[in-house]
Amino acid sequence: MNENPIAAELTIPSDLSEARRVQDEIEEALTAGRYTDRDIFSIKLAIEEALVNAIKHGNQMDPDKRVFVSYSVSSERFDIKIVDEGSGFNPADVPDPTAPENLERPCGRGLLLIRNFMNDVSYHGKGNIVTMFKVRAVATE
Amino acid sequence: MSTPRKQRLVVDEVGDVTLVNFVDKKILDEQNIQMIGDDLFRLVDELGRKKVLLNFSNVEFMSSAALGKLIRLHQRLHSLGGKLILCGISKAILEIFEITKLDKMLTIVKEENTALNSF
Repeated sequence: MNENPIAAELTIPSDLSEARRVQDEIEEALTAGRYTDRDIFSIKLAIEEALVNAIKHGNQMDPDKRVFVSYSVSSERFDIKIVDEGSGFNPADVPDPTAPENLERPCGRGLLLIRNFMNDVSYHGKGNIVTMFKVRAVATE
Repeated sequence: MSTPRKQRLVVDEVGDVTLVNFVDKKILDEQNIQMIGDDLFRLVDELGRKKVLLNFSNVEFMSSAALGKLIRLHQRLHSLGGKLILCGISKAILEIFEITKLDKMLTIVKEENTALNSF
């Protein structure tokens, strides 16, 4: 595979179709980097959840607020940083969606999925900055 | 004149069961789940369907946005004395249901034929 890492920075408005564009670009880079289908699915899911959180909850769908994305794809791992212009949040304040009293709630599962599908996720600043990474799995033929 | 509504669901009736297949493979993300959700609820609220089987065989990607819609659909059908069953879910997507423990709340069956006989 191509050993040169791919890295890019993008700025998008708080628009879900723009988020889709970012996902598509990253998926292309992961495919070019010969990440496994499983890894690509996991990363796409985490990105979807994180970008939607940034747009809907961070930026409150304000079209004047932006989301800053920087990512890199290497032969070892995928890294991404997503920054929104919102007031931030404390991840510890998000209730556990798997608790019996929360199971029937229609939302609140994004962070759980990100944690489970990526190797690590961290929040910085006011909580409006998220970084996460996924170690590239070696495909077994 | 309004633009034609894009078809997102393929709906068939198998006896008294409404079988739904999804048209797009990369669906059930935040952007299009609202419209898909509207179409699903229309089946129940406007057309009075009580037994709904969702076949996910064509679905390659799903995010948490879809889970909320499925929970609400399940609750709605349950309140009407109906039932929702999901089938044909890929291993990757099934993991989403398992991690969120929704596989304990929603009825998930592997094969469509088995699901049709499970109402």
